[in-house]
Amino acid sequence: MIRFESVSKTYPRSRRPALHRVNLDVERGEFVFLVGASGSGKSTLLRLVLREDVATRGSVHVAGRDVARLSSWKVPHLRRQMGVVFQDFRLLPGKNVFDNVAFALQVIGKSRHHVAQVVPETLELVGLAGKERRLPHELSGGEQQRVAIARAFVNRPAILLADEPTGNLDPETSAGIMRLLERINRTSTTILMATHDTGTVDALRKRVVQLEGGVVVRDEAAGGYTTGALRAVDQADRSPADPGWAPARTSTAEVRR
Amino acid sequence: MRVRFLASEILSGLRRNTAMTVSVVLVTFVSLVFVGAGALLQLQVDQMKDYWYDRVQVSVFLCTADSEAPTCTSGEVTPSQRDAVLAELRSPTLQPYVESVQFESKADAYARFQEQFAGTAIAESATEDQLNESFRVKLTDPTKYDVVTQFFAGTAGVEQVQDQRRVLDPFFTVLNVATAVAGGFALVMIVAAALLIATTIRLSAFSRRRETGIMRLVGASKLLIQLPFLLEGVLAAVVGAALAVGALYAAVRFGVQGWLVEALPLFGYVGTHQVWLVAPVLVAVAVLLAGTASVTTLSRYLRV
Repeated sequence: MIRFESVSKTYPRSRRPALHRVNLDVERGEFVFLVGASGSGKSTLLRLVLREDVATRGSVHVAGRDVARLSSWKVPHLRRQMGVVFQDFRLLPGKNVFDNVAFALQVIGKSRHHVAQVVPETLELVGLAGKERRLPHELSGGEQQRVAIARAFVNRPAILLADEPTGNLDPETSAGIMRLLERINRTSTTILMATHDTGTVDALRKRVVQLEGGVVVRDEAAGGYTTGALRAVDQADRSPADPGWAPARTSTAEVRR
Repeated sequence: MRVRFLASEILSGLRRNTAMTVSVVLVTFVSLVFVGAGALLQLQVDQMKDYWYDRVQVSVFLCTADSEAPTCTSGEVTPSQRDAVLAELRSPTLQPYVESVQFESKADAYARFQEQFAGTAIAESATEDQLNESFRVKLTDPTKYDVVTQFFAGTAGVEQVQDQRRVLDPFFTVLNVATAVAGGFALVMIVAAALLIATTIRLSAFSRRRETGIMRLVGASKLLIQLPFLLEGVLAAVVGAALAVGALYAAVRFGVQGWLVEALPLFGYVGTHQVWLVAPVLVAVAVLLAGTASVTTLSRYLRV
């Protein structure tokens, strides 16, 4: 579903690559945690999947297509197969719950009939039935994130990308959001979730891909947030060939903790 | 659905940016008034040329009793002098240049004078005797009037040879200068309008970056993301153009046809139908202006 082949990404005006020779293969229906310190390249990786950015080297395949080769007019069609959820929800403050979710369908030209049918179904799925008329500021953080997930999932995308979706939420609310994501995952939706949330990763025991300074240092099926992390740190300590590549001290400390 | 969506987006964008939208409308309005005024002035020039150049002749004015020209020392033109002039006009030398010759008697001249200056003090005080008899010569090529002028220079009984085009030229010069001035103002205002539209759209794109960001992520097409901004600019500019057409219509209807025609009835003036001729041009300029400014701005400031 998502395949990275020796992907490097260097941002303009930056000498240090954000990603370096990343290989990654995510099958349809997989649930993958993307972990690592801030600046380790998680967000860059998600941006490449979304084709918000294009890899400097290597190729990124999403849903069987090389995204770098897509003409800019076809990119919207690629994005219709993906849903995205962010830490800060990114709801439209002036629209109510129903309209926020419907917006995603309206702008890709779905019929009113389709919207009227699918939006309530999706709100039901995320547990917000009965709150259609609420405005975002009238909802709790967890509810707002459910609206955002509904918006991301309302077009039934094959892939759901989540960038720290539980980052602003308390552990209990986070657990609820994770149950929802698991439920979505069971509809054979591929989920790629970048997170700092140790508890969540440890609890779910899904595949874990760990990034350090733009390099994949661990790719473990049914892993935890820290399992194998020490091994990764050992590796980094043994090969400090290029100081730019070695994980920064703070991130090592964070991993050990 | 999408039409409805577009309409609501455009309306909300315009409402959110009311002050800027109004300024775009006004600046477009003023700049297009200048464009339109320039166009109408040129139409006036064309109309006058059509009107006059058809009638324009070289006039060979014959001496009156009061003439002071050296060729008129013998007083009023004699019948034999008059016949000699006519014979020269029909001679083989001048024949190739002359299309037709018409004699205007004092009575004809008086009647025409009265008609042209009807109602003015000068018309009331003029007498038939003060006016010249003349030959009105129509040339095959109006630019060759020099031939006739030089031919009759120094001929006894001829007071003056006048090419009417020369009389009209100052009028045309004034109108052409006015057109150039209007055009200059129009150019400056159009630059201002283009920059203002660009700034407005940039602001609008900034204030709606959350919406457009989401649209981009859920896979809305480029066109749908950009179109509301584009149409916003175009709509404001077209409203400005409509105001400009209205202002020009009022100016022509009440200023020219309602006042100038009576106050200065020397020639035909532009009418409201010429305003309708200019109107589509103004709207086209508005659309082109706003479209270009918008597309350029969007490609720089709106990620899609």
